Amino acid sequence: MSQKQYWSDLQDLNNIATKKEGAENEFKEELPFDLSDSVLGATTPRRDFLKFLGFSTLAATIVSSCEMPVRKAIPYAIKPEDITPGVPNYYASTFADGGEYCAIVIKTREGRPIKIEGNEMSSITKGGTSARVQASVLGLYDKARLTHPMADGKEATFEAIDRAVKEGLAGKAGYLVTPSLMSPSTKEVISQFIAKYPTVKHVVYDAISYSGMLQANEACYGKRTLPTFHFEKANTIVSLDADFLGTWLSPVEFSKGYAQGRKISAKNPKLSKHYQVEAIHTITGAAADERATCRPSEMGMVAVALYNAVANGTQPSLSSPALNKLVTAAAADLKKGNGMVVCGTNDVNVQTVINAINDKIGANGTTVNWVTTSNYKQGIDKDFADMVAAMEAGQVGVVMLHGVNPAYDYLDGKKFTAALAKVATTVSFAERLDETAQKCKYIIPDHNYLENWGDAEPKANYYSLQQPGISPLFKTRAFQDSLMAWMDAGQTYADYWKLYWTTRLSGQANFDQALQDGVIEPAGEMANGGAVYAGNIAGAVAAIQAKKPGTGTEVVVYQKVGIGHGGAWSNNPWLLEMPDPITRATWDNYLCVSPKRAKSLDAELTGFTEVDYNKRVAKIAGANGYTITLPIVVVPGMHNDVVAVATGFGRDKNVGRAAASDATKGGKNAYPFTSFNGTNVEYYSGVTVTKTEDKYEVAITQTHNSYENRPVLHEFTLEEFKKDPHALQKERAEEIGHYSGLPWEKHEHEGEAVANPEMEDNYRKNGTLYPTHLSEGVKWGMSIDLTTCTGCGACVVGCMAENNVSVVGKYHVLRGHEMHWIRIDRYYSGMPDDPDTIQTVFQPMLCQHCDAAPCENVCPVSATNHSSEGLNQMAYNRCIGTKYCANNCPYKVRHFNWMDWNGADCFEDNIFEDGRRDDINDDLTRMVLNPDVTVRSRGVMEKCSFCVQRLQEGKLAAKKEGHPLKDGTVKTACQQACPTDAITFGNVNDKESAIHKLRKEEQVERTFYVLEHIHTLPNINYLSRIRNTAEVIAGNEKLDGMYTEHI
Amino acid sequence: MFRICFRSVLSFFVVLLLCNVPAIAAPDGKALFMSNCASCHNPIKESTGPALQNISKTFPSKEWGYKWVRNSAALIAAGDKTAVDIYNKYNKTQMTAFPALTDEEIDAILKYADDYKAPSAAPKEGAPAAGAETAESHSWLYTVITLSLLLLVVILWRANNSLRRAANEKQDIPNEKEIPLYRSKVMIAVTAIVLFILAGYWLVNGAVNEGRQQNYQPLQPLYYSHKVHAGINQINCLYCHAGAEKSRQAMIPSSNVCMNCHKQINEYTGEAEHPLVTAEGKKINGTEQIQLLYKYAGWDPSKKDYNRDANGNILATPIKWVKIHNLPDHVYFNHAQHVAVGKVQCQQCHGNIEEMDEVFQFSPLSMGWCINCHRQTEVQFTNNNYYSIFTRYHEELKSGKRTKVTEAELGGLECQKCHY
Repeated sequence: MSQKQYWSDLQDLNNIATKKEGAENEFKEELPFDLSDSVLGATTPRRDFLKFLGFSTLAATIVSSCEMPVRKAIPYAIKPEDITPGVPNYYASTFADGGEYCAIVIKTREGRPIKIEGNEMSSITKGGTSARVQASVLGLYDKARLTHPMADGKEATFEAIDRAVKEGLAGKAGYLVTPSLMSPSTKEVISQFIAKYPTVKHVVYDAISYSGMLQANEACYGKRTLPTFHFEKANTIVSLDADFLGTWLSPVEFSKGYAQGRKISAKNPKLSKHYQVEAIHTITGAAADERATCRPSEMGMVAVALYNAVANGTQPSLSSPALNKLVTAAAADLKKGNGMVVCGTNDVNVQTVINAINDKIGANGTTVNWVTTSNYKQGIDKDFADMVAAMEAGQVGVVMLHGVNPAYDYLDGKKFTAALAKVATTVSFAERLDETAQKCKYIIPDHNYLENWGDAEPKANYYSLQQPGISPLFKTRAFQDSLMAWMDAGQTYADYWKLYWTTRLSGQANFDQALQDGVIEPAGEMANGGAVYAGNIAGAVAAIQAKKPGTGTEVVVYQKVGIGHGGAWSNNPWLLEMPDPITRATWDNYLCVSPKRAKSLDAELTGFTEVDYNKRVAKIAGANGYTITLPIVVVPGMHNDVVAVATGFGRDKNVGRAAASDATKGGKNAYPFTSFNGTNVEYYSGVTVTKTEDKYEVAITQTHNSYENRPVLHEFTLEEFKKDPHALQKERAEEIGHYSGLPWEKHEHEGEAVANPEMEDNYRKNGTLYPTHLSEGVKWGMSIDLTTCTGCGACVVGCMAENNVSVVGKYHVLRGHEMHWIRIDRYYSGMPDDPDTIQTVFQPMLCQHCDAAPCENVCPVSATNHSSEGLNQMAYNRCIGTKYCANNCPYKVRHFNWMDWNGADCFEDNIFEDGRRDDINDDLTRMVLNPDVTVRSRGVMEKCSFCVQRLQEGKLAAKKEGHPLKDGTVKTACQQACPTDAITFGNVNDKESAIHKLRKEEQVERTFYVLEHIHTLPNINYLSRIRNTAEVIAGNEKLDGMYTEHI
Repeated sequence: MFRICFRSVLSFFVVLLLCNVPAIAAPDGKALFMSNCASCHNPIKESTGPALQNISKTFPSKEWGYKWVRNSAALIAAGDKTAVDIYNKYNKTQMTAFPALTDEEIDAILKYADDYKAPSAAPKEGAPAAGAETAESHSWLYTVITLSLLLLVVILWRANNSLRRAANEKQDIPNEKEIPLYRSKVMIAVTAIVLFILAGYWLVNGAVNEGRQQNYQPLQPLYYSHKVHAGINQINCLYCHAGAEKSRQAMIPSSNVCMNCHKQINEYTGEAEHPLVTAEGKKINGTEQIQLLYKYAGWDPSKKDYNRDANGNILATPIKWVKIHNLPDHVYFNHAQHVAVGKVQCQQCHGNIEEMDEVFQFSPLSMGWCINCHRQTEVQFTNNNYYSIFTRYHEELKSGKRTKVTEAELGGLECQKCHY
């Protein structure tokens, strides 16, 4: 076992008073208890008590004397044949947001989409999802969506706009701007449109550009496209600034592949080796085995050093020893074969070098696939810059913008807006009145993707069909329909699309099958092959070396895992309240800085103490004069000269209530910090950061729950694990191994630790005076693999969607009232001063469904009790809100409804409103609620139920068919959402089940239970984290200034 | 007199029994007609197909009739002239084939159609029942007797008291000072306690029953009689409530389900056998209610077609029924679990629905009521393979240690079976 010390946040090291107080204080605010001695002097004296008593009696009487309301049961007038009320229907479809792709299945109830699942038939995303995919269903019911077409800011008819646009199009030079499009039929429509209006050009613009990569590939391999990265085949993965598990290109696909190389067991102790060089701290960096940091402007040099080390064996001489060491080791591993290098830098020269490395190590054709190429991104930065120049010059008559928002996310939004004003006919297809749509003359809102037909070709010859889950809610029109109306096509896009696919698939039967499956894929394994490298490596290296790395502070413009590039996601309350995996902050963006840097900005106290939400505000001034102020959030693992700001914040008020920003809320726009180097947009720039005296509250959830330094994690290096796979079990045996008899009986192995299979059962029996529970039939159990968990948060949002988990808003997150049933705890280890030593572990934490649950014993009304299936049950209607259970829960997974979040109780005007989260209670938005799960009212406790509604449904289906429950037919929402399959769930009593085999055969060595020694007997086990690294970095006070200071 | 009565009744039954003997053996024409033909044919009226009364006389031969019924399409395809004529006459609507009907059954159906007589419209006046009144008068009598006996007890007790006091006076034993009843401390204490207990009982009962509405029988927007449909006409519950086996909701049928039958049945002809009356005693005209259904369903009886909008959608409005069986939001009840798996009869919870003209809530729908059933109900344990995983119970059943497994023993009393 490593001598690692984990700290959930910096004050853990620091151990300062506020943290201690915070940990001891169960509830984050002052409780209205009166502890004064004299009864009469109390703040609630006898008379008040009598008043309250009288009021409650009166209220109860009035409420009870109310008549029962007359309720109506309204059936369908004409019942659609395929809908049975109460039974969900599932439709395979496609999620495509710009270049982000996921094959999905829409779950609808009575015709309303209520949940998105991954489509397991897709060989690309393989049933995985991301937080954004999970949250996209909420976007359908977004109140900020436009409900009708508009001309000059007023409601207009489609016909009137069509006439005007057709006039505007006639003979004028025009541009159609879209994000990367994967849809073959849409591309076909666009090419027909351009054939009709030859003066119109199609420009692809991506908010987050991959232009450098596309251009490098064109130069090196003659195709302007992206390869397919086979992470599952890679033994060595080197990532330079590519957050491929969080935000880079296709995180769901990559997570699925990556996780395959991270599945380790004692029988097969193999792990892929993952090197990460990055400027900031991403979840990919947290997953990495070896990690080093550098400035973003140095990334090119790192690539060159790696190339030289691989090609010539040259020793690197980079800015830090850690980098040199990492590059040397990575080069050695890459040369062993089955390696892969990916790079997130949007610079054509750096990407050329990366291509050269992949070519040198023979990755092309094995881990990097140039035959089945990816269509995720197609935007070229120069095209858009040229367009803006043409608009500025007044040469453009028409601009049509679909799915893009350059006024907000272009590096110079003001310039774009000014240029747009010079265009006579401007058309937007935006679904909301975003920053760009406001400036357009005509707005023809597009359907939401859940209302629309469509398709996608994410990879060459891999197709995915998109079918709607609901009829359009508003007076909107598909973007393609608008184009077809203007070219007088005489048919709708839906008809065109259907004809397109029935023709392509030769026949209705094939089409029906494809629509049902959702994907059309070639049989067998994905075609793979290399390409002949013909890049100018010398030129690229020279260009990189000519560009000296910066010296001052650099700001990195990064995407949050939840919010991404912005767009509709900025107004998604589920995503806004999902804690960022690394910072654990919600609802805002902020300035990420390293601890050392924070100290120099005098942000130490507020920055380190996540208990203290009131953060010091810093002023960030860009080279282009763009200056903003943002609160400082300290992130260990950030390069000391780098600060970072997330995109997607600082939105206009018309984007939506949750997104709207001003001085007091909603963060700031980060895009103006990006810069254009003549070829590509760079997502970093030099800035000056100065402290101010202001403070700003950031709602961080990390410290809301404390284990008071009890160990909850187990981590090993691969070497340690190989040498002694049983180390963990020995350690467990030390805790629980001596319970071979009752406590007063003599033990055979007194004091000595022997791991044996009966250990758990003996401990269960003898560790308590109470009788043990018998579970006849079914007993549910879950296992979470800490090695494959990347902390991406898909489970958190999936759980919110499935279980109607309330959004509480920033103010209440600040008070520790967030309601997430599953949270992902983040633990650091290493030395705060040195970002290269920081190692990060995620631990999803949810109700452990203890068989000897401490919460059950203390409930005075038995509202929480144990089921024969091993579930820790929570009966909301019985709960009287004493909160004893939450107090007694060692895992801190119970959440109390302090407010009426959703209007679930019978009192009117009782609902909590804060101005930002309120749209979630709109009649429209409430359509997303799962009708099988109670919406909890104020004053009751709630927590993870293991998705009991799914368990009941699965058992019922088995009973109806008359066979025992089959393993794998019942999945919890978190398990289904997980893109790395880190969660296993099933019936432990079933000897054939995956969970039983995992615990008893495959992963015996890695299995542990959190806080096992307090005899809670959890039904969730964890698998230890194995890191493929030579050494465990422990804190060292001799080397680390901050460490010494705080220990 | 009594004897004559008895004899005539006896002979009547004997005759009835004799009449029934051949009827048991022969196919029941009415039932067959109702289940197979009624959705398209009326005995005496044209509808989707021709009226069936005396239709057999128009057949070229008896055999032709059988062939036609079993597979009319074959006859038409073979170019049989009569067949093609009929086909063309009825808008080229193909008659459903009934290959399973035997010659006897077809004869029975045709005979039923031939003998069918339109029921007379005038309902017979039913004789008022007298039994209830006597029961009521008896209880009144008992009350009077009890009260007079109580009065007698009080009078005797007072008399006894007075006599004792008089006797005491005679013997110079001092009498206790007489305290009026309303000032007696014992009396006040006892009354207070009794009142307190009664009030508490009333309060608790009231609170427990809060939100419950057993016997709730609201007025519905349309007078729909379950007795006429499920009782008299024997329509299976699941025909309309199709969700009961598949879903948590049993489903109230949409009006197009009603129209499956009511396209043909456009008047209520059972007035004589079963007059429709509301609980308040108001007479209901069944035919008017069917017309009201047509309004909801968007059916134009004169055109014999639906009213449609420009896109061909039927212009129907849903019927806003008043919901009778209400469970609180935090209760999850699944019909499929009980009907399909538990094989519980509808009537067990909903009462004799086939005898209700207007439905009322039969069961209390309280948690105690649910739990009680779960405690007592034996699970279909051995004939559903799902339960094979409960090995201990199976062994105990085999060894005779137990005779049944109840729902409660499978966790049927646990909170999260119904609350989540």
